[in-house]
Parts: sequence; structure tokens; C-alpha cells
Amino acid sequence: MSTTQEYTPIQETGAGKKAAGPVGWLDDRLGLAGVAKKNLRKVFPEHWSFMLGEVALWSFVVLLLTGVFLTFWYQPSMTEVEYHGSYMPFNGLEMSQAYKSTLDISFDIRGGLLIRQIHHWAAALFVAAMMVHMLRVFFTGAYRKPREINWLIGVGLFSLGLIEGFAGYSLPDDLLSGTGLRFVDGLVRSIPLVGSYLEFFIFGGEFPGDEIIPRLYMAHILLVPAILLGLIGAHMLLLVYHKHTQWPGPGRTEQNVVGYPMLPVYAAKAGGFFFVVFGFTALMGALLQINPIWVYGPYNPSEVTAGSQPDWYMGFSEGLVRMMPGWESTFFNYTWSWNVFIPAVGGLTGMFIIIGAWPFVEQWITGDKRDHHLLERPRNAPVRTAIGVAAMTAYGVAWAAGGNDIIATKFHMDIYTLTSIFRVGFFVFPVIAFMITKRICIGLQRADANRILHGYETGVIERSPDGGFSERHAALPVADQYTLTAHERVPVLEAPAETDENGVAAPHTRKEKIRAKLRAFYYADQLDKPTVEDVHHAEEHLAAHDGHPVELGDEFQGVSETGIPRVH
Amino acid sequence: MSDELQTTSGAGQVQSTEPIQDPGLPEHQLRPQDVDEAQAKRTERQIAWMFRIAGLLFLGFCFSYFLIDINSSFLGWSAQNFAFGMSLGGGLLLVGVGIIQWAKKLMSDHEMVEMRHPSASSDEDRTAVLADINAGISESGIGRRPMIRNSLLGSMALLGLPAVVLLRDLGPLPHDQRKTVWTKGMRLVNDVTGTPIKPSDLQVGQLVNGQPAIVYETDADGERVLEGTELLQVKSKASIIVVRMRPEDVTPDAGKENWGIDGILCYSKICTHVGCPISLWEQQTHHLLCPCHQSTFDLADNGKVIFGPAHRSLPQLPLGIDDEGYLIAMSDFPDIIAPSYPELARDQKKLDNKA
Repeated sequence: MSTTQEYTPIQETGAGKKAAGPVGWLDDRLGLAGVAKKNLRKVFPEHWSFMLGEVALWSFVVLLLTGVFLTFWYQPSMTEVEYHGSYMPFNGLEMSQAYKSTLDISFDIRGGLLIRQIHHWAAALFVAAMMVHMLRVFFTGAYRKPREINWLIGVGLFSLGLIEGFAGYSLPDDLLSGTGLRFVDGLVRSIPLVGSYLEFFIFGGEFPGDEIIPRLYMAHILLVPAILLGLIGAHMLLLVYHKHTQWPGPGRTEQNVVGYPMLPVYAAKAGGFFFVVFGFTALMGALLQINPIWVYGPYNPSEVTAGSQPDWYMGFSEGLVRMMPGWESTFFNYTWSWNVFIPAVGGLTGMFIIIGAWPFVEQWITGDKRDHHLLERPRNAPVRTAIGVAAMTAYGVAWAAGGNDIIATKFHMDIYTLTSIFRVGFFVFPVIAFMITKRICIGLQRADANRILHGYETGVIERSPDGGFSERHAALPVADQYTLTAHERVPVLEAPAETDENGVAAPHTRKEKIRAKLRAFYYADQLDKPTVEDVHHAEEHLAAHDGHPVELGDEFQGVSETGIPRVH
Repeated sequence: MSDELQTTSGAGQVQSTEPIQDPGLPEHQLRPQDVDEAQAKRTERQIAWMFRIAGLLFLGFCFSYFLIDINSSFLGWSAQNFAFGMSLGGGLLLVGVGIIQWAKKLMSDHEMVEMRHPSASSDEDRTAVLADINAGISESGIGRRPMIRNSLLGSMALLGLPAVVLLRDLGPLPHDQRKTVWTKGMRLVNDVTGTPIKPSDLQVGQLVNGQPAIVYETDADGERVLEGTELLQVKSKASIIVVRMRPEDVTPDAGKENWGIDGILCYSKICTHVGCPISLWEQQTHHLLCPCHQSTFDLADNGKVIFGPAHRSLPQLPLGIDDEGYLIAMSDFPDIIAPSYPELARDQKKLDNKA
């Protein structure tokens, strides 16, 4: 049915003739052909890492679909009711309407438990996919001009995703989610000067009040998703407008984009991928239990379970709070709870400010104002990559500290020692990670240069007349050589001018000096790619190795250790 | 196609510095399905079968909805949840994989090249837009009539006030943060049973979770005095723990010597860090560990913080014994309970003055 030789243009088929009617009717009114002409066959480049954002997008769609289902039964009310549902252990127990309706969804509505579990898994996946997508964008430099605004939108999506997730898992009003709210109550109270007012306004009185669940529900199903949806729309529009970045390679330049058309290939691949993400989360909902609220029981402010943990994406914030020493001070007759405010409020906002500011900081340091559509391999920007890994390390330490009690019990370690290690490690490990990563990057750059200048190892061992053994090297295919060198040269750094062209001391020299130092740091120790002369020299060297006993032939690409011909 | 690329990438300047010249797009590689009709048919059949099985799974979902009892289990899972999830998830996965397979194996895989356009608008457009904006601004006269501009800006700024004021009724103003329901003479009762506690009920090393007696009190009609939200609010401030240690182990601060009864001390159960109910009691060391953030308090030493993010000691409730020999509170907490808040320093002074 689909082979090219049988293809008939759609307007000549019966269905096409019929479709022309509605299409004409619509276009008479909407005039969409102009937009559609540009976009239906829009080209998208292909790489597995471009799929990560798609995972986030589709898990958001899964969240919308399953979330709508849950709203049919969930009741956002903190009114106390007596439970008489299917879950016998709770028969006659006093609990909030919210908790009761969540139990009903889990035990009395057929498929309710599945949809609830899909919803929760999809939420965990949504945040995870956003984070990994963000790391991909960071490590490949895809946020550079002209995509800084889309990076900021992404930061907004990520931060709202965290808030949305937190609001969501607070809704069942079980013991675990109530403990999370108690933590938020403490966090709000720690906000200097206005903490008490915010607490009473947010909770509608003293904690827990009876307003917080309905209010979180509104935020969870209306306010935050609406903003998320708008930002996702803007994110996608900018993606289409800028056209996707691509990896450098033969025929792939800053001026073009090489790949497959939206219709049919990407429509099918992306559309199919939605079903894969939905199916995957559905299987998780079937096989992996998540948030078994009936195990925790209804919220009671005088109870807590040991090993209480937030959902994974709040773990780093939890860890920061756990690591923080107990600092509190009194100024001007006010209490300042640094022990909560710095890690909980400062940690979250600080992280988003740093992430959001990075593209602009980097641009200021490098002074690079050009458009970039080709991705950079992480190794070719060693300092950026090392900063990224250092940040991941700090995040990882905070995240591990969020589970310090679990680590302590599982590995039989002393919890205080462990926490002390995390306190120091939060500052020390990122520095170590920075140094190691930068060296790995430079090592990989050397390896690349080596492959260009000395070719690859063919696996063919030669014996010279005087008995020495050596392995023959052969030049890489030109396409591979090009791909390895298709990145920017390290710029020549100049000290900032002390004086302007008239010999007068230049303004802003202090700022410029700092900038020059940072720039030197940013480009320090990097290995530049081989020059034209280097490559000529290498070609001569490889060619000069003549008088080979066996000609390798054009098709030959080396042999593996087991003697099997290799294909690059 | 590759010729076109060579010309567009500005060869002259590139040649001088780039060690390797762009060889252009590689040749298109044919797939087995492109050259062998039998292979293509086979792939087509495979994909069609994925869709068919998916359809059957969706039907299976509907059958299991009506046929499987909600209470039956399968390998320890809810049989319904398992059947629903496996049929729905399996079907969706097959549909997705089938479509992707179709795109990868049968749809045209000729790579296409599209030229990028600068994100910025053309200079002419920019100039034209700036000219339009300038025309608009000057025709509005906003620059020439500062009175209009300033009064409008002023009214807009004031519009922010109703937006803020409207939120005033979100909740009451902060009140009674330093107080709990504890009063002089109120009995300590067991958290679970509601029975009052006698010193003889406690052995050395034992810790009991308690509540103020009002939590279990009923009025003349047998209705609870505290219910619903109010009850939760009381519990989130007034919950206590009662411990008995050997009297010689306890080292009370000055002024707190008579707050305990024979080594029985009572502390707030609410952590001074962010308010978790503290519950992990280490008998041998007299340490109490908060399960949320591991703040650790030494109950033999006035509830002082010995590790973790909490700053303030665990507030202690002075104890006494009533006529019937039950433990009672001698006052409300002399120190402020629950997480810190900005006015804490002031409130603590008020409490100290009262004492």
C-alpha cells in the first residue's frame, strides 16, 4: 500500500476529492494553507537525545488525561467524615473527605487505582524527563543564542513542575502528605518578618486549618497546569521558529538543518512515541506500586512514620534542610530562622536563579554574540561540562542527604557522621568533580586529535625485517575526520586594553579585567583542534608508511581483536 | 545536493583554517525494505499484527472490567489493577512501537535539507516597526502630556492595592502562636487510649505519647469538645511525650528542678525545627531523634539540641500531681513550641515576663 511506485496524489483519490471539500471550507475561513505550507514538511534533525524533551511533553499529556479522570471522584475537602468503604482496616475511622475519596478511588472505583498510579508515575517521569532534557541542552550548549529565552521558559517549566508535583502529592491528605505540608508550614514560618502572616493566610489560620487542601487543589488542577500549558506552547513555538539544533557532521552546517520531514516521519515517530510513553507509564501503574496511601493512614499531626521521604524531585531540597546546621538569630526583636530559610527557600530559588542566569553569564565571559545552531560535544567545552558535573554533584550530595536516614539504616552507618560528610561534601565534592571532569574532557580531546593525526588502529600487525612488531594505522574516513573537527577553535585571548585609542585610561577596566580572567579560566588547558598543517603532516606520515606487504583496499576499516572486519 | 551545501557554507574563508573540508552529506543508504519487496511485505505484516494485538488487548481491558472481581488478587497484586494495566499498557506500547516501526522501516528515509533563516527580522522590518512605534507614541502624545502619563501610571500602581487587599480574608491575622491548650491542672492522657497517666504507670526508660485531657473530653451530650480541624490544630501544638529516666541521670537547668516527678519529664512532641512529631526514643542515651530531619534532643539535659538542623531546645512542660495521683500540667509551656516564626523572640519575652 505504501510503496512509492503505487503512489497516487491525494487529490486524485476518492478520499482526496472528498477531503478537498472540508479543506477548502476550512481554508476559506481560516486561511491556514500559508502556515501549513511552511510547517507540514518542516525538517527535524535526528538524535536519540532529542527525544528526552518529548518524554516530558508526552508525560504531561498523560498527566492531563489521567488527572481529568481522578477529578471525577476526588473531593478536595478537609471536612472530617467516618470511613465505611471497602478497605476494612479503616472501617469507622475518622478522616478527611479528601483522604476518604482517595481511598474510594483506590478501592471502590474500577481502574481508579491504575489511573492514580499512572498519574503518580507520570508525574515522577515528567520531572525526571525535564531534568534530563535540561542537562542535554546544557551539556551540548543548545541554550546559546538565539535560544536563551527558550532556556528561561524551560527553567520556568521545571520550577512549576516541582510545585505542581508537590501540590499533587499533598492532595490525598494522608499521613505522609500531611507531614510534607507540616514541613511547608515550617518553611513558610521561617520567611523573615512576614512568615507568621503568610502562614495564617496560606493555611487559613493555624496549621493545618481546613483551607489548604482546597487551595492546593485549585493550584494543582487549574492555576499551575494552565501556566504550564502556556509555557509548553511557547516552548514549542520557539522550537519551531528557531528550528532544532543539530549535531555537526558532513553536510550539517550552521546554515542548514538536515533530517526528516514533519509529515510523515516525525508526525509518526512523535505520535507513536506518545503511545509508548503512555503504555510505559500504564505498565508501571500495573506492576509497580506507588504512594500506597492506605498504608500511611489519615493525617494526624501527632504521628509520623520513620523514613518519611518526599517524591524524588523534592529530595534535594529535603537534603539541604537536613544538612543545614541549626542557625537561628535574633535581630531587631525578630527571630531569623536561617536553619530553614536558607536551605528551603534559598536553596530552591538559588538553584533556579543560577540555572536561569547561566547562558547570560557564559555569554558575558566568552563574549560570543553569534548565533549557534550546531551542538557542541561536551568534551569540546571542558569548563562548561565540568561546571555542569560539579552542579550535578552538589545536587547529588543534597539528594543523598535527603535520604540520610535510609542510607544510615541500610548501610549500618552512623547518621551523624554521614550528615557531617554531606555537610563538607556539599562544598568539596563539586570541586573534585570539576577537576576530574575537566581533565577527562581534555583527555578525550587528545584522543580525538590522535585519531585524526595518527589514524585508527587497524588491528593489522606487521613484522619488520629486524623483528619488531607494530600495528598499522590507517586514516579515518573523511566523514569521521570532518565530524571530529567540526567545532570551533579556541579563541586567541587578549588582555583588555588599559587605555583607549586616545591613550586615556579605558573605562570599566576593572570589570574587563575580571572578565578577561574568567575568559582565560573558561578556555584554559583546552586542546585546540589540529591545524591544516598538522593534518597535511599526518597525511604524509601515514602515506609514507609505504612498502606494505598487503594492500588493505578502500573498503577495509580495520579488524577487531577477534579478527572480524570492523565498520566505522 | 552536496554541491549546493559546498557553495552555501562559504568555502573561501573556511578552507584556510579548517583542517578537514566538509565532504557533504553522505550517500543515502538503502534499507532492506527499499530493495526487497518481500522484506517490505514482511515488515508490513509485523506492524499490522502489532496493531491487531493492541486492539485485542483493548477489548480484553473491557472484558476484564466486567469479569474480574474488584477484590480478587493475582500474584499478590490486585487482579483488576494488573489486568487493566497490562492490557492498556501493553496495547498502547504495541500501537506506539508499531507506528514508530512504520516510520523507520517503510516511510521514506531520504534526509532533507532545509536552510535556516536568521532569528532576527530584517533591518527594513525593524526600522519600519520602530518608526511605527515612534509614530504611535508621538500621536498618542504621551511624551507631551506628562500629566496624563503620570496620573495613569499612578492609578495603575494603586490598582495593585485592591489586588493585595482582596487577599486579606485568606485567613485571620496571626494569633496565639505562643499559647497551647495546656492550663494549670490539666491532666496528661495517653495519646491512643485517652486514659490519664499515673507516675506508677511509667517504668524507667519508658516513653509515652500523650495529649492534653481536653483532646478526649466530651460535653454533657457525649459529643467531643474538640473535633475536626480544631482538634488537629490542638494536636499539632499540644502533643507531648512523657518519659521516665532515673532521677540521678536528669540534669535540670536552674528553675526547672521541680518540673519533673521522680525522673518523669514531659516535653513537647512537636519539633522546634519544622514541626514534625518527634518519636524516635533512644533509651540508653536519653536522646530523642526527629524522623524528618534528624534533629536530636537530649531529654536528660533539658531537651537541648545535640545534632541536626533544629536550633531551640525541646520545650518542657512543668509537671505536678493532682489529688487522685494523676500527672497534670502546672502551666502552659513556658517556652514557645513548634517551628520558629519571626515574632518568636518577642513572644518569648512576653512569656518570660509572665513567669
